[in-house]
Amino acid sequence: MDSLHLHFDIDGSDFTSAGEAASELKRVLRQLGFPPEIIRRCAISMYEGEINMVIHANGGTVDVYIDSDEIIFELIDSGPGIADVELAMQEGYSTASQEVRDLGFGAGMGLPNMKRYTDQIIVDSIVGVGTAVFMSIKLE
Amino acid sequence: MTVRMLAEKLDLECISNGDGNREVTGCYVGDLLSRVMGSAKEGNVWITIMSNVNVAAVASLADVSCIILAEGVKPDADLEAKLEIVDAALYTTPMASYEIAWKIHELIGV
Ligand SMILES: Nc1ncnc2c1ncn2[C@@H]1O[C@H](COP(=O)(O)OP(=O)(O)OP(=O)(O)O)[C@@H](O)[C@H]1O
Ligand SMILES: [Mg+2]
Repeated sequence: MDSLHLHFDIDGSDFTSAGEAASELKRVLRQLGFPPEIIRRCAISMYEGEINMVIHANGGTVDVYIDSDEIIFELIDSGPGIADVELAMQEGYSTASQEVRDLGFGAGMGLPNMKRYTDQIIVDSIVGVGTAVFMSIKLE
Repeated sequence: MTVRMLAEKLDLECISNGDGNREVTGCYVGDLLSRVMGSAKEGNVWITIMSNVNVAAVASLADVSCIILAEGVKPDADLEAKLEIVDAALYTTPMASYEIAWKIHELIGV
């Protein structure tokens, strides 16, 4: 299979459309005939990354590369950045505002979910510049 | 047991018809969305009191079989609108989460 590239612009001001990129990815992976468990892991990881960009970083971009042996995600934003990535990766850690907590966000489980459902995750962040998240899900 | 049969047995009020023929694999109760994302299993009934639009995306991506709003909660208008494109059915009931979950256990045994 040739490598397939999908690009998504994530609107940082719109909670209503948050999740649409992940839904679109799910639709494409279904069409390509990927196993349900792979699709689920991709959809969850992408959603958590997407929603983090909406809640914490005022939007960004996602590029997905579907190769024969892995699916790679690159999520880039120019938000406030993360001062302590190790802390942010811990279950339950969240800086979410009360406003978004009222919507059900802020459990501090987004990054842990991304780690759990991918085979590799790298979070690169510079405070005041932005955050880049790279994830890979292997296909046997 | 299918979603439709379960809804009938529990006398749930249907707000949006999803795929009623889906098999119910179990049940997850929770309101924190990324908890649900991480812990609900494919085909589970999701019981929640959250009623905003983000419930639709989570239900779809976590691939639950249906959503039950407990304690008489009604969906926000934009959640209802979004459900048209989601497989999961949406129901509401005056019952609280514990009672719903307990009855589901009695019906499906898991
Ligand atoms: N793209 C980002 N830009 C800036 N900060 C981020 C970004 N992603 C995550 N963070 C920081 O890392 C913390 C933990 O993120 P995580 O996704 O695990 O939890 P959350 O988004 O706060 O809550 P949940 O995902 O459970 O709704 C966030 O509260 C935030 O401080
Ligand atoms: Mg998050």
